Amino acid sequence: MTAVSNTKPLVQARNVHKSFDHLEVLKGIDVDIMPGEVVVVLGPSGSGKSTFLRCINHLESIQKGYIEVDGEQIGYRLHNDRLERLSPNGIARQRRKIGMVFQQFNLYPHMTVLQNIIEAPVGVHGEKRKDAIENAKQLLQRVGLSEKADAYPRQLSGGQQQRVAIARALAIKPKLMLFDEPTSALDPELVGEVLSTMRDLAKQGLTMIVVTHEIGFAREAADRVVFMDGGVVVEQGKPEDVIGNPQHPRTQSFLSRFL
Amino acid sequence: MSTNPTTNAPPSGGADFRDVVTAHTPFRTGRLVLWAIIAIVVLDFVWIVANNENFGWPVVAQYFFDPTVISGLYVSLGLTVVAMILGVALGLIIAIMRMSNDRLASGFASLFIWFFRGTPLLVQLIFWYNMSTLFPQLSITIPFGPSLISWDTNAVITPMTAAIVGLALNEAAYMAEIIRGGLLSVDRGQAETAEAFGMTKGRALRRIIIPQAMRSIVPPTGNQLISMIKATSLVSVIAMADLLYSVQSIYNRTFEIIPMLLVAVIWYLLITSVLNIGQSYIEAYYGRSERRNGATAKPAAVAAAEEASH
Repeated sequence: MTAVSNTKPLVQARNVHKSFDHLEVLKGIDVDIMPGEVVVVLGPSGSGKSTFLRCINHLESIQKGYIEVDGEQIGYRLHNDRLERLSPNGIARQRRKIGMVFQQFNLYPHMTVLQNIIEAPVGVHGEKRKDAIENAKQLLQRVGLSEKADAYPRQLSGGQQQRVAIARALAIKPKLMLFDEPTSALDPELVGEVLSTMRDLAKQGLTMIVVTHEIGFAREAADRVVFMDGGVVVEQGKPEDVIGNPQHPRTQSFLSRFL
Repeated sequence: MSTNPTTNAPPSGGADFRDVVTAHTPFRTGRLVLWAIIAIVVLDFVWIVANNENFGWPVVAQYFFDPTVISGLYVSLGLTVVAMILGVALGLIIAIMRMSNDRLASGFASLFIWFFRGTPLLVQLIFWYNMSTLFPQLSITIPFGPSLISWDTNAVITPMTAAIVGLALNEAAYMAEIIRGGLLSVDRGQAETAEAFGMTKGRALRRIIIPQAMRSIVPPTGNQLISMIKATSLVSVIAMADLLYSVQSIYNRTFEIIPMLLVAVIWYLLITSVLNIGQSYIEAYYGRSERRNGATAKPAAVAAAEEASH
């Protein structure tokens, strides 16, 4: 589970800056994420943690610095020793190894659960339909929703929808999974089922970046906790250190609210 | 709480009389009277229409399936279908251009919509029909250079082409706004999700956005189609032999103006009625994921899934 120190990081973020109009949201983020590592990003609302996550697959473009995933610079390429912005299709190609789970689930409401899961594997990755369906059924079993394959998202509870969304993201066999506050839109009694699905994934060695407010999940499942505030990384380290014995006053005051 | 023992006592037979199962709706005399009055008025109106000889019902019956009328009907239907298909296709392109970040594309789309929505259809039709007075020759040329191929405008712009071009371009302007509204009605998160999964813009539109936009595009499009059927009657001014033109050509000979117009009216009503039915089926199709009991779509599977989710 713990990252091996001599391998190359899967994600490298260097001096990442991002602003919306004149509001600077990210003020120089440096983070490395090793293959197989589970990193939980904590921080108060507005700390820039969701924005940072969205920069990793270029849903937001950054204004300074760079982000590299699996050896490729996201959104750009070197061409004749000059950095060139990628075309939309080039960016689309880079995103294909990154799975994402959204706060609002964002299942395709006009498709059944099964169609939701096979859409990208068949349509984007060119998998054979038969194989994709086979794989989708296994994934549904993994998230405990085998009997829901033919249901429409509307017929599912929030927790079930989010588990389908996780299966959908896994179906593209991602090298990296991004979770953007996956339990924030759920009723409290439904949070547990989604977190336990995510805990299983963490155990299986998937590289995950999880933006969340669930301190419990961070403590149990994370290899590393990154605490962000005001657009910078304030503190990072093992969960028992950052959560159990925070050094920075801002981390302390943030965590004190959960005790 | 209740001090009156009779309210709580069950009536004979054991059933509580407050149980709504036993309720009945009292007979409403007022409604019946209203129905009766309206029925009398309607019947009287029908009787007047049926017995007024000026309506010329025998003439209506005689000409209803007249070959001239039927060929005019085909022209109207054909024009509607062709102009509508072209209008929707072009409208989709214009809508996407209008929503694009590219200034050139969105500027062109806005200009197109501004012009074709802002001028009367009748004027546009007459304009197209009289193209030859503006440009006697249509040529493909190298800009400012020699011409490669050239046609006589009057040979290209027949009443048929003028009608199709006029109706389709006008329709495209309206459809573009309807389609744009539909695309905007889809949750922004859907496009973002498609993007995050590495879909190209085209695929995201085709597979994710348009199917969801259809729910708000279909009803106004049905409206447009019905308008289009009626708008085809305008082409009679450019000597295109549509339904209206053919009944006019008959009453110009026979002077049976009202009966012949009734023939056209009844045909227009028949077509629009059929279209209304078609529209409700299309709406049901695109609304299938909305219904909680997907009775028509996938009875067994969905019903079972539903049972379990409750």
